[in-house]
Amino acid sequence: MYKVKVFVTLRESVLDPQGKAVTNSLHSLNYREVSDVRIGKYMELTIEKSDREINEVVNEICTNLLANPVIEDYRYEVEECVVL
Amino acid sequence: MKFAVIVFPGSNCDVDMYHAIKDELGEQVEYVWHDAESLEEYDAILLPGGFSYGDYLRSGAIARFSNVMKEVVKAAEAGKPVLGICNGFQILLEAGLLPGAMRRNESLSFICKPVELKVENNQTMFSSALTEGETIMIPVAHGEGNYYCDEETLAKLKATNQIVFTYGQNPNGSLADIAGIVNEKGNVLGMMPHPERAVDELLGGADGLKLFQSIVKTWRDAHVVNA
Repeated sequence: MYKVKVFVTLRESVLDPQGKAVTNSLHSLNYREVSDVRIGKYMELTIEKSDREINEVVNEICTNLLANPVIEDYRYEVEECVVL
Repeated sequence: MKFAVIVFPGSNCDVDMYHAIKDELGEQVEYVWHDAESLEEYDAILLPGGFSYGDYLRSGAIARFSNVMKEVVKAAEAGKPVLGICNGFQILLEAGLLPGAMRRNESLSFICKPVELKVENNQTMFSSALTEGETIMIPVAHGEGNYYCDEETLAKLKATNQIVFTYGQNPNGSLADIAGIVNEKGNVLGMMPHPERAVDELLGGADGLKLFQSIVKTWRDAHVVNA
């Protein structure tokens, strides 16, 4: 079994209005050292082992549904779990 | 002419759309549930606004995989008019029937008010009853109507006259003031403003009705002898 952590964020070239609003409020709290905030989504998937390679499955899931490639990028981490 | 109003769980402009077609336009219309197997009996497909599937993940992202969408794609390929309004536009983008994607409004607030739209292209089956350059008033009601596409796509939209409506005063940060676009073939229109909410002077204006009248006129010219 795998635990897959997926992170979806807006692409660098796409303005992130939420991130911009949070950056501004951090500045108003005097955190001047914060130069940028990007807001995204975090998803945890539990995937059973199958005969398909796990990266192939996760990439397919991400491009088909979890991320919209027009405006979003994704990355993920895979942990293999030992079922006791 | 027979219209289908597709109803997803979470659609909330379906009744307004039905009223606009039946009572104001005077054409046949039926509600079609999201798991329908066929749209063959309908001449035009309407995807109404709302929050299909709670807008979970992204607006339109889940609705795109509902059963009826395969039929909507078929209808679009067959050249039938397909009109997506607000959430319906977002679904058409997610389904890849139109290029681009929606971002949160620049202001981050939900905007609900009448806006001025400029008719950029009246040579489509959705805008032929309007005049090019004309300004019409149609209400918007959305939190994610900030249209985005890459530069190459925008250049193509402009070159092929696919931008049908632009905002007079951009309410949401939308790229190139885009309010509505058609596909290359011209039979799939997506727009954020709600023409179905502007079909009677009682509602503050009837400019939206012309959009539906355009669809009927194009259809009659092609299908009715001595129209």
